[in-house]
Amino acid sequence: MAKKILALTGDQAAAFAMKQIEPDVLAAYPITPQTEIVMNYSQYAADGLVRTEMIPVESEHSAMSACVGAVAAGARTMTATSSQGLALMWEILYIASSLRLPIVMPVVNRALSGNINIHCDHSDTMGARDSGWIQVYCENPQEVYESIILAIKIAEDKEILLPVMVCQDGFITSHGVEGVETLEDDKVKEFIGEYKQEFSLLNVDKPLTYGPLDLQDYYFEHKRQQAEAMANAKKKIPGIISKFEPLTNKRYDFIEKYRLDDAEVGILALSSTCGTTKVVVDELRKEGKKVGLLKLRFLRPFPAEEIIQALSKLKAVAVLDRSESFADHGGPVFNEVRSALYELNKKPLMTNYIYGLGGRDVGLSQIKSVFEDLFKIVEKGGPKSLVNYLGVR
Amino acid sequence: MANLKDLSKLPERLGPGHRLCAGCGASIAVRQVLMGTKDPVVVGASTGCLEVATTIYPFTAWRVPFIHNAFENVAATISGVETAYRALKKQGKIKKEIKFIAFGGDGGTYDIGIQSLSGALERGHKMVYVCYTNEAYMNTGIQRSGATPCGASTTTAPAGKESYGKPQSRKDLTAIVAAHHIPYVAQATISHWKDLITKAQKAFAANGPAFINVLCPCHRGWRYPQENTVEIAKLAVETCFWPLYEVENGKWRITYRPKEKKPITEWIKSQGRFKHLLKEENKPVVEAIQKEIDESWAHLEKLCSL
Ligand SMILES: Cc1ncc(C[n+]2csc(CCOP(=O)(O)OP(=O)(O)O)c2C)c(N)n1
Ligand code: SF4
Ligand SMILES: [Mg+2]
Repeated sequence: MAKKILALTGDQAAAFAMKQIEPDVLAAYPITPQTEIVMNYSQYAADGLVRTEMIPVESEHSAMSACVGAVAAGARTMTATSSQGLALMWEILYIASSLRLPIVMPVVNRALSGNINIHCDHSDTMGARDSGWIQVYCENPQEVYESIILAIKIAEDKEILLPVMVCQDGFITSHGVEGVETLEDDKVKEFIGEYKQEFSLLNVDKPLTYGPLDLQDYYFEHKRQQAEAMANAKKKIPGIISKFEPLTNKRYDFIEKYRLDDAEVGILALSSTCGTTKVVVDELRKEGKKVGLLKLRFLRPFPAEEIIQALSKLKAVAVLDRSESFADHGGPVFNEVRSALYELNKKPLMTNYIYGLGGRDVGLSQIKSVFEDLFKIVEKGGPKSLVNYLGVR
Repeated sequence: MANLKDLSKLPERLGPGHRLCAGCGASIAVRQVLMGTKDPVVVGASTGCLEVATTIYPFTAWRVPFIHNAFENVAATISGVETAYRALKKQGKIKKEIKFIAFGGDGGTYDIGIQSLSGALERGHKMVYVCYTNEAYMNTGIQRSGATPCGASTTTAPAGKESYGKPQSRKDLTAIVAAHHIPYVAQATISHWKDLITKAQKAFAANGPAFINVLCPCHRGWRYPQENTVEIAKLAVETCFWPLYEVENGKWRITYRPKEKKPITEWIKSQGRFKHLLKEENKPVVEAIQKEIDESWAHLEKLCSL
């Protein structure tokens, strides 16, 4: 089957995937650098290319609120946002996941205010990592396109029923044009199937109550079930990926290992920085240095076993965090990865780099310096400091 | 026009056994509003007394589909439900005629939810928004809201040595909503059931968003004997504290005129929340309240004569 290759930015790739998914309802609000997704999709609707009912809401809070209502009523519903928009949705993110509503939301990562900044870092979605949403981080427009389609299938799985954020780096990915291999419309539709809400609010013959007051005697059980749903996601995602594989000829696992199996030292990163890191890995490999990359694709559910397996034989690992947790003890990804490796008897030496905040560029030389540091750490038997800042004055 | 014999045959959509206080005005309002349509309905509610007391898990008093999302977003939530309905209807996946209702408290509507409401009205969703106004945040213990009238004592604007309760006037939400130029806007209360149910019928029949602001006395917050709820509502109308009117396709109309306008002191004397206003030193406050009521009524008359 001939696949069409289109020149698309990350935002356009997201909008194109959404067009092929053709949700029943779309409720969204503009914010840089996500705006192009809403704009592109609004044009599709205006041109009659999709039958989606648009809700041009007055805020992101209302966008997520309307999504909750629409999915509960049985419509496949999507939205998209960035940064302050995600922050404004915060309250309802938790309600969407608690009500087990499979909303798929592309998020274009952008630094949170203050001060106000429109460029990439991961502070927005990192803050939402405990909101009960599945989180996927994409390296490039190709991954954005495919992950959004995949996310529909994951979110709507009966044993999962959880909302999914599909994250891409603001401007770096969202506004960078790349060739994107696309699937045919009917292949996408066939893969995702029809959405059937088993508990529809519109089923007036079988009325049910959504969002009741849930006190000491049941709330905990409901949270436990929600945790179970995330565990189910962990179990079922590989199978869903296997069904997607023949369409794309690509294998999207929880993690991607890049020249890692025989590596001595490695970097763990998310999203577009992985592309930069791969170039550096190739360069250093040419010099005979055994370096590799672990790209974390899913942060939720957290693929602890896969990470342990991938990193267990390394001598030293640097975790790159594109957000600050202000703990004075490293970034969020570092702490979760480091905690996972506690299980190992022989652990790699570990260090953390906070980098790229507010869109600060991270170049090949900086990634190279991290690998150089890692070799020094191996030599000295430990890092100079647990937490480092890369590229800050 | 609503007829008692026919109404008595309608099924109850809010079942008994909920945990609203005996004598709560809100449940009376809900039942009257739901009598305004025979079509199936989907109901949404904002966080507040009504939602909390009707849905304690694993029980629900709702015999119709119901959704509670959060405090400030019932309008956006129902706009999502209504849009889903239109999308699925267009695709032939649903055939029934269904009506959509959002119940918001005054806190959830005048204050924290006004943006969500305004957005939904502007977008033109076919839904009936009912603000059940009990003039304070009752669920959290009688705190002042934008609907609390001047001079009322609440837990966040209490009367005290240096205070006569809330110093500001309430906002005129009904007029704010009317300024959205939606097909139907009305103000009503539970004592005038025929008036309220007729307004609900018009709201459900409107081709676009409709809004009804229903005064719902709360004996806990207003401090009067619980059996007086309907009498208190009547007094609000008779003193012109709560005029009954509608704005139908832009035309303002008073739907009930008190034969003899009662002085506001009768209203003030009827409730503990105004008790301190009866002190000699607060006479000017009472006079100012009366003046404001007279002016508002005169203004309403003017709007109705246009
Ligand atoms: C964002 C947010 N802020 C505050 C609250 C706490 N809260 C819950 S209900 C409520 C007051 C509700 O008042 P109103 O809308 O007038 O309804 P009532 O209880 O009076 O019927 C408040 C302040 C909340 N749930 N969410
Ligand atoms: S406190 Fe007031 S509004 Fe709340 S249930 Fe009781 S009477 Fe009704
Ligand atoms: Mg109230």
